[in-house]
Amino acid sequence: MPHPIVPQKTYVMVFLGLIGLTILTTGVAFIDLGPLNTVAALAIAFSKMLLVILFFMGVRSSSGLVRVVLIAGFFWLALLIAFTMSDYRTRSWTPTPDSWSTSAPPTHP
Amino acid sequence: MTDAEARAQHAGHAHQFEDMEQQQEADFLGIWLFLVTEIMFFGGLFAAYAIYRWLYFAAFDGGSHILDIKLGAVNTMVLLGSSLTMALSVRSAQVGNRRALVGFLIATMILGGVFLGIKAYEYDQKFVEHVVPSLDWAPEGATLARLAPGGLDHAQIYFFFYFAMTGLHAIHMVIGMGLLLWLVLRARKDEFTAHYFAPVEVVGLYWHFVDIVWIFLFPLLYLIGGRY
Amino acid sequence: MSTATLEPRVRAQKNYLNADYGWKSWLFTLDHKRIALLYMVSVTFFFVIGGSFAVLMRIHLVEPQGALVQPETYNKLFTLHGVVMIFFFLIPSIPAVLGNFLVPLMVGARDLAFPKLNLLSWYIYIVGGLFTLYSAIAGGVDTGWTFYTPYSSTYSNTQVTAVAIGVFITGFSSILTGLNFIVTIHKMRAPGMTWFRMPLFLWAMYATSIIMVLGTPVLAITIFLLALEHLFHVGIFSPALGGDPLLFQHLFWFYSHPAVYIMILPAMGVESEIIACFARKKIFGYKIVAFSSVAIAVLGFLVWGHHMFVTGQSVYAGLIFSLLSFLVAIPSAIKVFNWTATLYKGSISYEAPMLYALGFIGLFTMGGLTGLFLASLATDVHLNGTYFIVAHFHYIMVGGAVMGYLGGIHFWWPKISGRKYPNAWAALAAVIIFVGFNLTFFPQFILGYLGMPRRYAFYPAEFQVLNVMSSAGATVLGVGYLIPLIYLIWSMRYGPVAEPNPWGATGLEWKTASPPPTENFAEIPVVTEEAYAYAPEEAAGD
Repeated sequence: MPHPIVPQKTYVMVFLGLIGLTILTTGVAFIDLGPLNTVAALAIAFSKMLLVILFFMGVRSSSGLVRVVLIAGFFWLALLIAFTMSDYRTRSWTPTPDSWSTSAPPTHP
Repeated sequence: MTDAEARAQHAGHAHQFEDMEQQQEADFLGIWLFLVTEIMFFGGLFAAYAIYRWLYFAAFDGGSHILDIKLGAVNTMVLLGSSLTMALSVRSAQVGNRRALVGFLIATMILGGVFLGIKAYEYDQKFVEHVVPSLDWAPEGATLARLAPGGLDHAQIYFFFYFAMTGLHAIHMVIGMGLLLWLVLRARKDEFTAHYFAPVEVVGLYWHFVDIVWIFLFPLLYLIGGRY
Repeated sequence: MSTATLEPRVRAQKNYLNADYGWKSWLFTLDHKRIALLYMVSVTFFFVIGGSFAVLMRIHLVEPQGALVQPETYNKLFTLHGVVMIFFFLIPSIPAVLGNFLVPLMVGARDLAFPKLNLLSWYIYIVGGLFTLYSAIAGGVDTGWTFYTPYSSTYSNTQVTAVAIGVFITGFSSILTGLNFIVTIHKMRAPGMTWFRMPLFLWAMYATSIIMVLGTPVLAITIFLLALEHLFHVGIFSPALGGDPLLFQHLFWFYSHPAVYIMILPAMGVESEIIACFARKKIFGYKIVAFSSVAIAVLGFLVWGHHMFVTGQSVYAGLIFSLLSFLVAIPSAIKVFNWTATLYKGSISYEAPMLYALGFIGLFTMGGLTGLFLASLATDVHLNGTYFIVAHFHYIMVGGAVMGYLGGIHFWWPKISGRKYPNAWAALAAVIIFVGFNLTFFPQFILGYLGMPRRYAFYPAEFQVLNVMSSAGATVLGVGYLIPLIYLIWSMRYGPVAEPNPWGATGLEWKTASPPPTENFAEIPVVTEEAYAYAPEEAAGD
């Protein structure tokens, strides 16, 4: 593939950035941020992933088709998680109707 | 040009393609599509993990504290290092530096081996602590105290995900090591030149993907809830 | 007919069939056309196996208390009927047989992008099939093809692990086929073949391949988890240990609903080709039909919860899935409108492929419309788990997909084999199949509406007449399926030799010899005209 040749220094800088983010995410885990712990961890992981994708995997200089394919993959995974999660999150929104309880007699003839 | 370069240039493209450029474009689209299938394959596990983490957060929190965060962090950095050497090996092929190519490929294999070695040690520790679902599930002492608040059954579910996700990841690593060995053997026989090194790039993409999976596994399994 | 029917002209002409001889030249071939034939033989084999299970079931159901087998055996029959028909016949049929054969020809290439992966996909399919056959012989599986937990993961003591391995392995065959098609269509179109000059069959294969690539891996991991649960009893799907059976269903249906679009989209692609040719008209609204294929592929991923309306899924999730299920019907309906509009003022001839295509329109429409009753939450509560569902999906899968497959086989048979089959027998078989099919499955709509549950080995006596009608229909249907098997095989030796374009159809595959040479084209064609460039006053057929 006609990729431009990336200087070695760039790769090393990206690597150091990744190490830094790893140390950061480990450090943040020792601080109590409540639900933000998860948010921070995921945000840092996403950033690391972007660095690997853009620089190590060469997507920065890749064709639009490759980017579309990649985005489609992540989007589909997001659909799976979001729709499935929406079932669990909304189950408690609907209390069981009284008419389904076994103690009450049926009200229609 | 060298004999090797002449051989590579005359090797030509496969018969179904019009030229080398079309073949390489097809090869790269192919590997990216394959990686998308891997995203969905691991993704199913991540989806199941997400549901149970939400349902049984306390159990996942407790289970996460049994893991050795230092080893996890070190292993993460080892794997990131292997991604660096992998990228450098592709670059070496790109500039036609055969010795550097082989050297960086071997470095990648060594780092991959270190990762797997640490992982094997961690797995062994799980047996020592008796937190292996179904095979050796009998947590005691401090481990039991950590897991009891979230419910032992739910803690088993956490450890199931620990083994399933890191195990599937490890299987992919082993396959990757095999691919790297194949590349080393081909590279030493001078099969790659500055004009033809697509297999190195393709394996590189696979290796980086496996690294990205671990980039998520580390916080999701080791860093739940914090250690405050 | 004497052996002199093999004309010297055919003997001298080298094509992909006579290019090489011997079992090695077939089992180690890299030619997409030969691989298509390997698949054709294999899927036919599995169709017979799956069909045999169905025959046994229909015989059993002529008596309200069951006429043939024990209830436990009946459970194994419907399970294996489903597994074999879905994973080893319907999903591979059109893509792996017609798709493998036609995609390179239609784009104007010499082969698919990855011929070795193509052969590998067939071997993977065979290995998966062997595991499944083993599970059938070693005692069978009684969980239903849907493998619902915790029965399949914890309580059933049948060959769940073996069949799970079989299905897991076969999934990769699907993934490789889809990957191959996507790359071929993107990167190997002949000069002048823009996206909107492609035959609609290619758009259908492209959309199908997207589903194969994005959906099948999720089935793979789900089956993998199921097998682990069955072996290690950890409890991720078992309520006794804190697991949720519904999670299995979410993950299972995330693939298995789009899977039904893997099964029908290719048949829709065949439909467009046949209708255009036998009405001598370009497809009405080409771009809309093309986009509707992609729309079905995308929307098809958003509706899986409609299989779970009565399972305890959240009502709000049910509402969203119901709404999206109504939406996904729209692109399908658009196609039916467009095919009908193509027929209007067309110059229609009624050869066998067209008979299958016309039958498809009616039967697919019925199957699709009845899907709307099921997409509606309130009516689904009554109809779920009944024979209404069985009739609904058989109208689409058999009345739609199988008829589409048979229509496609009949349309491209001269290209594939270089021979023509007797049209009178083919037309007769098509009519027998249509009649037999409706006699088998229409009573099942009524049975379901009246409340007869599915997957039951016995039923209330008042349902017997309809059940007997259905079983009688199944006999007719079986006869109908046997007839093409006979004359198609007969034609390979005794049928009249086919010219390159016996139907006068458009498309690059018709511009090369019948059967094509191994390299498909002497020279890669250059495309200069739009798809379906049928002249308005052209006479019907040849």
